[in-house]
Amino acid sequence: MRHILAALVQNQPGVLTRVSGLFSRRGYNIESLAVGRTHEPGVSRITILVDGDGLVLEQVVKQLDKLVDVIDVRDITAEEHVDRELVLIKVEAAPEIRGEIMQIVDIFRARIVDIGQDSLIIECTGDHGKIRAIENSLKPFGILELVRTGKIAMVRGPKYGEVQNSGGK
Amino acid sequence: MMTGAEIIVKSLEEEGVDVVFGYPGGAVIPLYDKLYDSSLQHVLVRHEQAAAHAADGYARATGRTGVVIATSGPGATNLVTGIATAAMDSIPMVVFTGQVALPAIGRDSFQEADITGITLPIVKHSYLVRDVNKLAATVRAAFYLAGTGRRGPVLIDLPKDIQTAEAEFFYPREIHFPGYRVPGEPNAALAYRVTKAIGLARRPVIYAGGGVISSGAAEQLTELAEKTQIPVTTTLMGKGAIPENRPLSLGMLGMHGTYYANYAVSQCDLLIAIGARFDDRVTGRLDTFAPQAKVIHIDIDLAEIGKNVRTDCFLHGDVKAVLRELLKHIELPQTEEWLDQIASWKEEHPLAYRQEGERIKPQYIVEQICDLTGGEAIVTTEVGQNQMWAAQYYQVTKPRRFISSGGLGTMGFGLPAAVGAQMGCPDQLVINISGDGSFQMNLQELATIVQCRLPVKIIILNNGYLGMVRQWQELFHNKRYSQTELIPVPDFVKLAEAYGIEGRRVRSREDVRPVLKQAIEHAGPVLIDFEVAKDENVYPMVPPGGSLTKMMGG
Ligand SMILES: Cc1ncc(C[n+]2csc(CCOP(=O)(O)OP(=O)(O)O)c2C)c(N)n1
Ligand SMILES: [Mg+2]
Repeated sequence: MRHILAALVQNQPGVLTRVSGLFSRRGYNIESLAVGRTHEPGVSRITILVDGDGLVLEQVVKQLDKLVDVIDVRDITAEEHVDRELVLIKVEAAPEIRGEIMQIVDIFRARIVDIGQDSLIIECTGDHGKIRAIENSLKPFGILELVRTGKIAMVRGPKYGEVQNSGGK
Repeated sequence: MMTGAEIIVKSLEEEGVDVVFGYPGGAVIPLYDKLYDSSLQHVLVRHEQAAAHAADGYARATGRTGVVIATSGPGATNLVTGIATAAMDSIPMVVFTGQVALPAIGRDSFQEADITGITLPIVKHSYLVRDVNKLAATVRAAFYLAGTGRRGPVLIDLPKDIQTAEAEFFYPREIHFPGYRVPGEPNAALAYRVTKAIGLARRPVIYAGGGVISSGAAEQLTELAEKTQIPVTTTLMGKGAIPENRPLSLGMLGMHGTYYANYAVSQCDLLIAIGARFDDRVTGRLDTFAPQAKVIHIDIDLAEIGKNVRTDCFLHGDVKAVLRELLKHIELPQTEEWLDQIASWKEEHPLAYRQEGERIKPQYIVEQICDLTGGEAIVTTEVGQNQMWAAQYYQVTKPRRFISSGGLGTMGFGLPAAVGAQMGCPDQLVINISGDGSFQMNLQELATIVQCRLPVKIIILNNGYLGMVRQWQELFHNKRYSQTELIPVPDFVKLAEAYGIEGRRVRSREDVRPVLKQAIEHAGPVLIDFEVAKDENVYPMVPPGGSLTKMMGG
């Protein structure tokens, strides 16, 4: 099963290696990982998407929680959450078919962020399903390049860190 | 202002460190220059691996944090086995490694190794110091992390230019980590429920591990056992949690555990695991481990909950604090019948070996050591059959007196660990029980022993084999002894003499006790090469992956 983990970490050198190392050691392939600073100074948030057996993953989460630089970590898969990915897609777009592409862009509420001679760069955010759908719709035109961020996710309701009881380390 | 090197020395003094174990080299010359003027004792080992093991042995024997210094590159990489050994057994250690100067990092500079990267999975935490102003706080943090919670090694990588850069010295007392909490008082309500469960048990067993030793809770554990009359079995790491000569002690459990410990665990109705982690060498086949028992698990590490075995109740906290809480309201189970059962198992299936043939039996030697010392000497072991015989026949009567690499099983650990233990406990008798194979892994430390005038007694159970591997080959691989015969075994007596240590060779049983006695009474170090039976096996033995009750040679 696919799990989404959300971790708050201290933004120290090596913290990402420490975190990802715990996964590779257990043979987990991290499907995506997004990391960035939060509103609190020195604190970053990591969202990790992994596929794997729940019990073993629970162990990994506990080991993650033990890392000195990890302030908190939880598996939010089962909680009500919002998640988003962002993609940039460069498609072949001769002038005569641009109208058709723009319609697709509109439907997905995506945006054109660059216009080249024979290509367009489209930016789209959304959950996994939406991103897959726009990718499929654009395929026939010829995708030249595609880059996506890892998934980022946030639990609905109260602030992270206030709802749960991590029980100390 | 102080230089980085001065800051380190001053910080070590602030931490109350009295001895460090190390080996110099280019990247730590500035630090060694400051050590030259300091009152800190420095033990010059002959290989960096031994520095780590010695600091580890010091930590195990004293309960204090061991300190290691090595240079960059090969000095640092030589520490890896020692750091991993400490990590697996949760031993507090602070390791300083030299590093090339900051501008040279990442350029494959001479003697550059990414030691924080290499050691990532085997440290509790690590630092690469990039700012001399943060150096003192980093040292404080390292000692704090190493010596609290579930203990472990912490590494500080010190670029050479940091050692010479200058900063104001300020040593912080308190360090705050948002992501690191030491467990507070145990949950009293849960503890109360556990005392109830104990009161209701009829066939309870305490299974005690290294956590009891590291939390300094042997006294509380013994009190709990005696009050409730619950028998205690320990892991290799837990030896000394209860005096092993008491009737309630079942000795060690697991692969080479006693018949009665393994039977008691297999038939108990309540298993109280204290500071132990259900290692596969302890549990054997998991689905037949303690099949009838409710399992209570007491541990400082939350990540141990249900890691290997499902538990009915997990009491989180420092073992000593939890035991104190339990002792407040302890309820007494009726265990007379159970203790009778155990007594008859002990009588019918004692630990035993056959004294046949010409050659000395290694078990006999350990028995004699135990008898001569009353189980009060500090014994360090190597790994293999020697380790298991030491564990089985050396009935240790106090905590921190049995020192062995449990989790990693590192051959070559025992001799340098004896150096560290003797440095930490100058008035104690320190005995290294060794094998001919393991001894050859770190025998260069004989020089350290002589240089530091350490009266360590080295007992080699010389069977001419990598005995434990040979045993597995005999039992499970059709006696195909692939690469386990150690020919030639060097003349250990001459070797000892070459280093300036008294060497003795013993070939006959009658000489065992008198020679041991002389060695113990001798003021200096002694090495005794005991030529023992070559084909002796360690029994009982639970074949790997087997159930605890299916023992060979029970
Ligand atoms: C560093 C290291 N290498 C290899 C092993 C595997 N190993 C475990 S026991 C053993 C044999 C040890 O031989 P010896 O020290 O003579 O002890 P004996 O079993 O004969 O008492 C070996 C090779 C190990 N534990 N550690
Ligand atoms: Mg041997």
